[in-house]
Amino acid sequence: MKDTDIKTLLYAHFLCIFSVILSVLIPSFFMEDFSILDTHLTWLCFCSLFVTSINLVLYLVPKPNASSKRSSLSHKVTRFLKCCVYFFVSCFFFHVIFVLYGAPLIELVLETFLFAVILSTFTTVPCLCLLGPNLKAWLRVFSKNGVTSIWENSLQITTISSFVGAWLGAFPIPLDWERPWQVWPISCTLGATFGYVAGLVISPLWIYWNRKQLTYKNN
Amino acid sequence: MRLGSGAFATICVAIEVLGVAIFLRGFFPASVKSSSRTGLQAEPPAPEPLAGASSNWTKLPLPLFSKAVIVLIDALRDDFVFGSKGARYMPFTTYLVGKGPSHSFVAEAKPPTVTMPRIKALMTGSLPGFVDVIRNLNSPALLEDNVIRQAKAAGKRMIFYGDETWVKLFPKHFVEYDGTTSFFVSDYTEVDNNVTRHLERVLKRGDWDILILHYLGLDHIGHVSGPESPLIGRKLREMDGILMKIYTALLTKERETLSPSLLVLCGDHGMSETGSHGAASAEEVRTPLVLVSSAFERKPDDIRHPTQVQQTDLAATLAIGLGFPIPKDSIGSLLFPVVERRPMREQLRFLHLNAIQLSRLLQENVPSYEKDPGFEQFVMAEKLHGNWVKLHLEEDRSGALLNLGTKVARQYLGALRTLSLALSTHVAQYDTYSMAVGTIIVLETLILLLLSIPQVLRRRAELEVPLSSPVFSLLFYLMFLVLSAIHVVVCTSAESSCYLCSLPWLAAGGVMVLVSALLCVIASAFARMVMDSTFLRKVQQSAAHPCSGWSEVGLLLLLGTVGHVLSLGASSFVEEEHQTWYFLVNTLCLALSQETCRSYFLGDDSKLQCYFHTEPGTVGATCMRQDCTACEAPKAGQASKGLPSGARGGHTRWAVLAGPWLVLACCRLLRSLNHTGVQGAHRPDLSHWLTSPSHRMELSCLAALSLLAVFLLAQRGCSPVVKVALALGLLGVFCYRAATGNLLFPWQPANRGISKGILEARFVYVFVLGILFMGTKDLLRSQVIAADFKVKTVGLWELYSGLVLLAALLLRPHNLPVLTFSLLIQTIMTKFIWKPLRHDVAEITVMHYWFGQAFFYFQGNSNNIATIDISSGFVGLDTYMEIPATFLTVFGTYVGPVLWAGHLAHFLSAEASGDSAMGRACFCYALICSVPVATYIILVTSLRYHLFIWSVFSPKLLYEGMHLLITAALCVLFTATNQTGHTSAWTKTDARN
Repeated sequence: MKDTDIKTLLYAHFLCIFSVILSVLIPSFFMEDFSILDTHLTWLCFCSLFVTSINLVLYLVPKPNASSKRSSLSHKVTRFLKCCVYFFVSCFFFHVIFVLYGAPLIELVLETFLFAVILSTFTTVPCLCLLGPNLKAWLRVFSKNGVTSIWENSLQITTISSFVGAWLGAFPIPLDWERPWQVWPISCTLGATFGYVAGLVISPLWIYWNRKQLTYKNN
Repeated sequence: MRLGSGAFATICVAIEVLGVAIFLRGFFPASVKSSSRTGLQAEPPAPEPLAGASSNWTKLPLPLFSKAVIVLIDALRDDFVFGSKGARYMPFTTYLVGKGPSHSFVAEAKPPTVTMPRIKALMTGSLPGFVDVIRNLNSPALLEDNVIRQAKAAGKRMIFYGDETWVKLFPKHFVEYDGTTSFFVSDYTEVDNNVTRHLERVLKRGDWDILILHYLGLDHIGHVSGPESPLIGRKLREMDGILMKIYTALLTKERETLSPSLLVLCGDHGMSETGSHGAASAEEVRTPLVLVSSAFERKPDDIRHPTQVQQTDLAATLAIGLGFPIPKDSIGSLLFPVVERRPMREQLRFLHLNAIQLSRLLQENVPSYEKDPGFEQFVMAEKLHGNWVKLHLEEDRSGALLNLGTKVARQYLGALRTLSLALSTHVAQYDTYSMAVGTIIVLETLILLLLSIPQVLRRRAELEVPLSSPVFSLLFYLMFLVLSAIHVVVCTSAESSCYLCSLPWLAAGGVMVLVSALLCVIASAFARMVMDSTFLRKVQQSAAHPCSGWSEVGLLLLLGTVGHVLSLGASSFVEEEHQTWYFLVNTLCLALSQETCRSYFLGDDSKLQCYFHTEPGTVGATCMRQDCTACEAPKAGQASKGLPSGARGGHTRWAVLAGPWLVLACCRLLRSLNHTGVQGAHRPDLSHWLTSPSHRMELSCLAALSLLAVFLLAQRGCSPVVKVALALGLLGVFCYRAATGNLLFPWQPANRGISKGILEARFVYVFVLGILFMGTKDLLRSQVIAADFKVKTVGLWELYSGLVLLAALLLRPHNLPVLTFSLLIQTIMTKFIWKPLRHDVAEITVMHYWFGQAFFYFQGNSNNIATIDISSGFVGLDTYMEIPATFLTVFGTYVGPVLWAGHLAHFLSAEASGDSAMGRACFCYALICSVPVATYIILVTSLRYHLFIWSVFSPKLLYEGMHLLITAALCVLFTATNQTGHTSAWTKTDARN
């Protein structure tokens, strides 16, 4: 039973990684001078869009979350709106944190905000898809051992690795190598992306490795 | 021997300071020296080479100029003369440079770009070592051979007006002088008028040979308001007028004597975009050098662009131009355009003299000089020169001879350039033996500290320090013998001078004893630890110790500290170290916020057994713990971290949750107050805005508000008398700043006379001393009368508020918010984070250290000598007094770390979490400060041939050494207060018995 679960998880994660790769490849077909570094903001938008849509597709198709089966349309709509509100709140929250970390307050606002958007895409969107706009559940998942399924476990790992990636991405900024990717916020967005992808790869493997020790409360 | 952990740490840090001192002495090399430094007239000038015979021209050539005037303008940047500013404000000089009889150069100064080493470089032609920066404030007489000394020996009459440094460097050399002091930076008119007022009379008199003028005003303007200030233009125009006056006076004199005179305009160093200097940026290094003389007349179509030369070239040029021998230690080469109008034979003679001097210096400093390409070129040129002289004496055919002559000259110039380059790279020669001994001492103490971590972690108040064990004493004697033998061998064989060998035998022997004793202590401590650990394992097995995990904060503190230490290996991270600390402190605040959230929302879950065993952090944490590189103790018990249920009331709850975010917001504000480092320094920041003259009203309001907030925050823990003293003292601080013209009194007209504010500053000093005295009295009382420990806490807080008052006096007005926010953050952290979350002593110590470091940079400091605010050393002093000025400058620079350490002492005594808390805190503080120093010493040793070693790594090494010294002082204070606590506990038990 568990092995099939892990397999589904692995495929889902491959889809997510695929979406990140697609966000690099597809725009270059119909845009002239597209590259990650030069047209960084465009890439950020595409990446965010692709990853969000894949997450939505994953949410609609295999339904790992069995709770919301029978619900009225209006309920669904309010739920969706709530999710949107949560997403934007998280974007602003990240933006504030970046400014507190030393991002310029007035200049480069768009860049900083798009970085917040991409980080929200990697962290908040999967949470919203899996757990819904339910802060209690979020707190439970991210507390010490509140994880109840492998999906939540992988969510925990990818989210933390995205954050760590973004955090590590700030390291090269003060270096004097004068590379184009050292400009704020490119190194951080790249770090977050690499962290996300690494989390996606690591979490199924890690869960597979530790499948004997993992016991969840509900099953 | 049993020692308290605090005392043990203090002794270790003290020994480490000694080690670092020995290392520094070896690391900062002495400059290239000529060994024959006895008599001046002992050596006759080298005769002209002549193939197959000896020339009869053995005397020095006649001087080219009869009189010389050197106008040195402090901090004159090259674009002030050659750039757009020069064209606008210095029309006469621009005319001279463009069309007049002049040669102009861009002279490159070597770092440190500070006045005294630059004067030395200009006059001796050698490169003074980095340590000269420290001697800058206390310049002893110049011992090396220099132009001024040669001039005196030649019987020239010299007159000097300007910076007092010259008078100290060249005592009794000038027949007439008037020194102006350079330490009141806010004075930029009088300091120059004091020079100019003599000018008229002296120029008319003409009974002198060399006149030197050193103008300080431009540098002062730069320090106060930067290179874009409108005052700069006015000052440059003033300087231009002075140059015109001197030039016309020299022309009229020339008409009488018919021999040309020389006017030299130069700067000692440039000025960075913020107006300071000391480092190696292009703006600080490039200075103009203009030589004006009627001998340099040119045709109208002769366009001369300023060429790039070295600052050290001036000494050789001056010596040749005025007919003296070239200073022996000079590594400069003659500025050829100066002599190119002379007959060919003379030109070659000058070049030959210079080349001979340089090659001699090379012979004395480099053992394998014969293989040096410069020397080979020189030998070649000398041979050609001999042939040329022979031809010249035999027949006088101008055409071919002239061609040959230019070829010889070109050969000489190439040789000079290569020789000069070889010598200047040779300056970086290290005293490896002293460096090694210093490193060994530092590493030994560090290992000793690391080895005693387990003992401290087990919460023992006392440490067992094995000092007298007979088995190891044999090892000790053996070690001592071996080291002494090594010392003798090294000292007898080394060619280069070495500091330890120049010490008296007793002192060197003492160092050897120290090294071997430390080694024995380490060996026995190690043996004990191995035995203990086997014993412990048994105990643990029997007790079935549950997993004692690390909290995220503890892990972050450990990794952050290790990461910071590793980052010191990259020059950019050293330059931008403030970014590292800001980043770490921010992350710490976020981690704390996560911890507060968890303990509030999930407080009930804290019963859950330790960590979920699959938490990613745990794996790393356990291996870290085995490495024993940690100084943080594992948390006493995870379960006890849930909050006391009483504290969960509405307000407190939200305050606790908001606490870390408030701290984050404060840090962000402070960060934009002073931009520091290299990449961000030029960006506009709040302090620029505040210090600009048009915003003086805003600055005054801000300073008044900050002082008020400081009073409100600092008065809480004080006794009433101290409260009053603090209020009066802070009022005095405002009066002092108003008197010096930085701030405005609301009830006084703006254009009041500016004074030095001596009276006001001394008024504040009285209160500082009074408060410190009250605090000490309370501490002593808690010791003698054995009253409750509250007296001790009050005493510590009073000491702390005394330091706050002193800091308020020394910090510049725009930095007063730093002090306020420091107090505010301390209050927030104490009330809402450390108390409710019950952090471990070690964690609290490390957090204090991190904040202290961050505040060091918030204040505008950096790892660059130029950002030290020297003006804080002259608050309330009439004249320059070395000891108080040094103390005040050091305190003013290290306000952040000192105040946070003071707060740590108070916090621990107020919380009184166990007897040994203070000792353990002291141990952790000592350890966390000595790890970066030890690592940095090794890094610097391995990077000693790095390109940026002088501009980036060396200043940081000095900062680290100073920081360690301050840590030692703080540890002594910690231990002293701890000792009083111990004795009071003692007397209490005695009384009970």
